[in-house]
Amino acid sequence: MVADPKRPEGAGRMERPEQGLGEPDSHPRANGCSLTGCGALRNGYVRGLPETEIHHIAHNGGLYKRPFNEAFEETPMLVAVLTYVGYGVLTLFGYLRDFLRQWKIEKCNHASEREEQKDFVPLYQDFENFYTRNLYMRIRDSWNRPICSVPGAKVDMMERLSHDYNWTFTYTGRVIKDVINMGSYNYLGFAQNTGICKEAAAKVLTQYGAGVCSTRQEMGNLDKHEELEKLVARFLGVEAAMTYGMGFSTNSMNIPALVGKGCLILSDELNHASLVLGARLSGATIRIFKHNNMQSLEKLLRDAIVHGQPRTRRPWKKILILVEGIYSMEGSIVRLPEVIALKKKYKSYLYLDEAHSIGALGLTGRGVVEYFGLNPEDVDVMMGTFTKSFGAAGGYIGGKKELIDYLRTHSHSAVYATSLSPPVMEQILTSMKCIMGEDGTTFGKECVQQLAENTRYFRRRLKEMGFIIYGNEDSPVVPLMLYMPAKIGAFGREMLKRNIGVVVVGFPATPIIESRARFCVSAAHTKEILDIVLKELDEVADLLQLKYSRHRLVPLLDRPFDETTYEETED
Amino acid sequence: MAAAVGMGQQWVLVEMVQAFYEAPAYHLILEGILILWIIRLLFSKTYKLQERSDLTPKEKEELIEEWQPEPLVPPVSKDHPALNYSVVSGPPSHKIIVNGKECINFASFNFLGLLDNERVKNAAQASLRKYGVGTCGPRGFYGTFDVHLELEDRLAKFMRTEESIIYSYGFATIASAIPAYSKRGDIVFVDEAACFAIQKGLQASRSNIKLFKHNDMADLEQLLKEQEIEDQKNPRKACVTRRFILVEGLYMNTGDICPLPELIKLKYKYKVRIFLEESLSFGVLGEHGRGVTEHFGINVDDIDLISANMENSLASIGGFCCGRSFVIDHQRLSGQGYCFSASLPPLLAAAAIEALNIMEENPDIFQILREKCKRIHKALQRISGLIVVGDLFSPALHLQLEETSGSRENDMKLLKRIVDYCMNRSIALTQARYLEKEEKCLPPPSIRVVVTVEQTEEELDKAASIIREAAQSVLN
Repeated sequence: MVADPKRPEGAGRMERPEQGLGEPDSHPRANGCSLTGCGALRNGYVRGLPETEIHHIAHNGGLYKRPFNEAFEETPMLVAVLTYVGYGVLTLFGYLRDFLRQWKIEKCNHASEREEQKDFVPLYQDFENFYTRNLYMRIRDSWNRPICSVPGAKVDMMERLSHDYNWTFTYTGRVIKDVINMGSYNYLGFAQNTGICKEAAAKVLTQYGAGVCSTRQEMGNLDKHEELEKLVARFLGVEAAMTYGMGFSTNSMNIPALVGKGCLILSDELNHASLVLGARLSGATIRIFKHNNMQSLEKLLRDAIVHGQPRTRRPWKKILILVEGIYSMEGSIVRLPEVIALKKKYKSYLYLDEAHSIGALGLTGRGVVEYFGLNPEDVDVMMGTFTKSFGAAGGYIGGKKELIDYLRTHSHSAVYATSLSPPVMEQILTSMKCIMGEDGTTFGKECVQQLAENTRYFRRRLKEMGFIIYGNEDSPVVPLMLYMPAKIGAFGREMLKRNIGVVVVGFPATPIIESRARFCVSAAHTKEILDIVLKELDEVADLLQLKYSRHRLVPLLDRPFDETTYEETED
Repeated sequence: MAAAVGMGQQWVLVEMVQAFYEAPAYHLILEGILILWIIRLLFSKTYKLQERSDLTPKEKEELIEEWQPEPLVPPVSKDHPALNYSVVSGPPSHKIIVNGKECINFASFNFLGLLDNERVKNAAQASLRKYGVGTCGPRGFYGTFDVHLELEDRLAKFMRTEESIIYSYGFATIASAIPAYSKRGDIVFVDEAACFAIQKGLQASRSNIKLFKHNDMADLEQLLKEQEIEDQKNPRKACVTRRFILVEGLYMNTGDICPLPELIKLKYKYKVRIFLEESLSFGVLGEHGRGVTEHFGINVDDIDLISANMENSLASIGGFCCGRSFVIDHQRLSGQGYCFSASLPPLLAAAAIEALNIMEENPDIFQILREKCKRIHKALQRISGLIVVGDLFSPALHLQLEETSGSRENDMKLLKRIVDYCMNRSIALTQARYLEKEEKCLPPPSIRVVVTVEQTEEELDKAASIIREAAQSVLN
């Protein structure tokens, strides 16, 4: 946890050139991004090419109190073509093998329907599982790797083997010790089995037991819940807060309480599944704006207010904008100052999901609102989870007292779902107090700072090495582009061979050609650990040819937009 | 042969050119214009109806200026019955302190008294020492712990099924499982008393929902028959339309047991799959607590999917689905609450494993629970003004007003006075809470009475007599 003395303080942030910020764009583009030639070499690193970057600064950069650097390098054409070819080959072989399986030439490994129910309507349509059977199954060993220790900076992993090409796994009983963990969302390093959080949780566990056996409205409202909610409200700087047993359900069970028929939801195209589900369950009309694209959002807002509801032509009852603080697959940070300006201009409401950003951003870990130096009162619904930075489980919603009172009476969670488990709550209470410095130490604050430093160091080094890295320079979620399907499995396996656990993601979690590896930087990572990871990454990258970057950054807004991600629901 | 074909084509071409020359000029001009028109249509921009409005920018600004949205949430009155929760100080176990008063707990679903069981707590402690609290990731990304695998294995063995899958939240279990299988266009026959989690799962699935009267097999069969007739009209559609029957083992909202043997008959007769939600019946019904399948002696493989939460009998948090691998495994990629949520904290999984151990070691516990259910069920009969709703074996009963006072609000107030009366005499009860506007078929207001093995016979009798007193003093 000790900060590295050799590392330049605030590397990246201070030296960042600030052209384009606050001044009218000299090269305005259709999407409002300025094209700024930045001559200054940021990293002192040149890969034989003069480094030109397109910085991503929106035209109302004046709203930002800090540099906002977010870059998405264009997929090299050759890589894109090869990736499609790769999928083509995989699909062809998939059909071939399905054919062989059908004629019983190849052994069929997957479970089959009961004999008694063979004449029922098939439970799955055949094509539904084509992808799973023929593409996912080949590299299934890169996911669901079981661990058997604290998900801290290093984890112990259970060794597993497959004798039938990943259809089934057998556990050898051996444990792979001390695998460096680059996958867990343990941003502040509170996933621990020693220390004050664990001690406090243990005490509460002895006193209260593990479960609650009732809902908040019936007999499951413990004194601990009330205590936690007061603390969360104080932490967020809002009037009141309410907590829920599961982060996913916090979204899916509360959005329907806030909006309904006749309301409009404007949702970022890359919003998490829980927000999408909540929006769908609400019965409101959903429209999607391009990821973090304020022009797209503004156009939707204007059109919505001017044209009103489709068919009936009545004005919308209310408009709710759904955004996330940090997008977990892109590593981008929401353009909150602009979103707030828009929401004020168009009198709509803002629902901010801080699942990844709470604790991980801002000088004292208060999330994306603090990161941009904004007022929490400007965000109508502050939502977040305790799973990540706090090393616990569950979620919260914070906001005005009227909002929380309404949720206490109308939230699906409060009425029908079991409330938070007491030892889990104690973990949140202790870690949150720690971040706030209320435990009398500066430990929490140091963790937040350490995370920020680790993030910038890790991102800077990766960029220097020539990887294509997505997202904001301050985001602890670091996506490294792999593109080709074959490299997903190869990368995961090669890294594990080198005792590093990484997360790899492909379609359908990402667009089909944008498969990637995702690192989650943690405050628990020491400089040594990060250096080991970087060294091994360098080696693997040379082996798999992953250094795609040509330092040609493309504004996020020009990236292809998959219209099929969502459909508008009018029911 | 090939030459002949070639000749034929040539001839057609020649004829076409000839026809072109012979056609009158006005005809050619007309056709030319038509072709140009088609080309224009092809290349003209498609437009939406919306964009045709001829508003000037100024008018648009005015409209935007004019628009006044509703407030984000309507105000809640200070005396809303659900606004001020009862506060439980300390653990919600057998003896419970509600709003500062010590009571005997007749409200928490802690049927087997495992919430404050020392063994369970010790197992959870051991897990806490090893793993800490949170998992910091979904199952796919280093959130799978060995305890999760063990719990899944144990649950599958306990339920005698091939496989089980655990979720980190009870509500999300069935609500995620339904949309994993039933999609738009599929048909779900569901009991109208089904709990809220099922309703939300169905809504997320966007399937066609057919409600049948509560536990009314004739009504269900009627619906199935109607569907069969419908299917005969359109067999091509019928052979891709999946059908499901969705029932609860022991209904949360009514305390009734579902008539499973009849349901199984209907399943095979009409080729419909059965999904069974057993949150209340798991760890309650059956000789070994395996739920409603054991209660009726039905082969568990006849049920396509069983879902239950671990928040009642097991006194932990989370839920699970079990069944054949063919069915269950699908959720590992399609269950939203499984894929996109952080996994269950290991200490809660460890608590559930230990609770299962206890259940397996002491099968008489279920017999004891049944005796207690019967006892209170009997003791609560013939209270003037109140009726007991629920099966004899149900540990979660409802007390409803015999005659409604006319409005739901007043009924709720009367029941609240009964609850308060009992609370003052050390019996902790609660009203069953519903979201009145959200429920498909809103159950009548009721008081929940929950039986646990920890309640002694004296306590059960005492509770019954206090409820009787309360009813007398409030309702008469």
